[in-house]
Amino acid sequence: MSKVHVSTTINGDVVEFLCEPQQSLLDVLRDELALTGTKEGCATGDCGACSVLANDRLVCSCLMLGVEADGQEITTIEGIASPDGLHVIQQKYLEHAALQCGICTPGFIVATKALLDKNPNPDETTIRYWLAGNLCRCTGYDKIVRAVQASAEELAYEA
Amino acid sequence: MGAFAYLAPTNVEQALSQLAAEDAAGNRAQMLAGGTDVLVQMRSTDKGPRTFVDVKHIAEANEVRVGDDDVFVGAGIASAVLNENDELKALLPGLVEAADLIGSTQIQGRATIGGNLCNSSPAGDTIPALIACGAVCVVASPDGAKKVPTEDFVTGVGTNVLKPTELLVGFQIPRPKGRTADAYLRFIPRTEMDIAVCGAGVALTLDDDGTCTAAKVAIGAVAVTALPVPEAAVALVGTKVDDAALQAAAAAASALAKPITDKRGTVEYRKKVVGVLTRRAGAIARDRAAAR
Repeated sequence: MSKVHVSTTINGDVVEFLCEPQQSLLDVLRDELALTGTKEGCATGDCGACSVLANDRLVCSCLMLGVEADGQEITTIEGIASPDGLHVIQQKYLEHAALQCGICTPGFIVATKALLDKNPNPDETTIRYWLAGNLCRCTGYDKIVRAVQASAEELAYEA
Repeated sequence: MGAFAYLAPTNVEQALSQLAAEDAAGNRAQMLAGGTDVLVQMRSTDKGPRTFVDVKHIAEANEVRVGDDDVFVGAGIASAVLNENDELKALLPGLVEAADLIGSTQIQGRATIGGNLCNSSPAGDTIPALIACGAVCVVASPDGAKKVPTEDFVTGVGTNVLKPTELLVGFQIPRPKGRTADAYLRFIPRTEMDIAVCGAGVALTLDDDGTCTAAKVAIGAVAVTALPVPEAAVALVGTKVDDAALQAAAAAASALAKPITDKRGTVEYRKKVVGVLTRRAGAIARDRAAAR
């Protein structure tokens, strides 16, 4: 079985890797590139724990092949914070206690980033529908929604 | 034989020659669109090795072309991208809303109408919507381009007319003229992110008086394949698409439905609900057409 050479950009860095043709982007990120912030929940596209951005489009990295990342720009949870500190969204998730066990959190934060980049002022219904593909079994979602609303307010204030 | 591989052709000609070469070598080739069904199946029910042929780099399969007579929608375009196309949404709101119903934001970023059809599930949401708006499947084959009406594409649960050396390039849809509009509704017990218990697509044309001059109705998840319901169309044509006509169309849809009883619903329930959806989708299509 021959491995495929892939050239991509991950969190702004040019990255080259070899992977099996059937290997998911999720497995490549975690097992080949040691970017273990992205989590595996279901591996069937139902839970959103593995959410990443591919060319700024929110996708489940378990439902994308590693080889498909060739030529694309991938953003993972590791690319959300800056060297100066946490992203506003991460800070607001902390302040609002929008996480407990934390497995779903990287996916939620990436999904929240994608939402606020597209729609800086979403209403609650929009937030809940947008995040419907991210499952959390701890928080009951309310605190997450509050954290997203607080992030939107803070980002609008900064802008 | 026995290995996975990945190919990313950039045009139809290249894809056809790759499919032919894989076939000649005795390899299984599988077209990969959004992968939201294919990759799940690869890890569960269908683990065998294959060569993935990615449709997303094929130029012809990634175009939306709105012409005077036809609208072409490429098979490899993600639902989220279709949903951001205001011109397409205005012309074919029913088809776009069917694509928009499938899965989460994450799934929308990958899933395609072409993949939904080729997966050939009885519950595929876009299939009744495609049939209702008269979509013709543009299939590239070694013998040249073929056009297959959507209602003839799916042959059974998970099976369709495509040969291993062929691929679905996209859909040619008659451009809705005058007061023509479509609508699609499905029923699920949740508010989203579920598989259709049943679904109904309706497209119709009204004349200046509001009389229906043409209609097409299709229902999903109530038989092995999505079904056109010509009797429902007959019930609408020549009427003002009033309550009586919509009830008659609903009765025709319920009568034609041949559902099974499973965890999503019983035969009796699905037959009733598919009629209700037909009636409601018909009313939405009527109101949209009247507004044009």
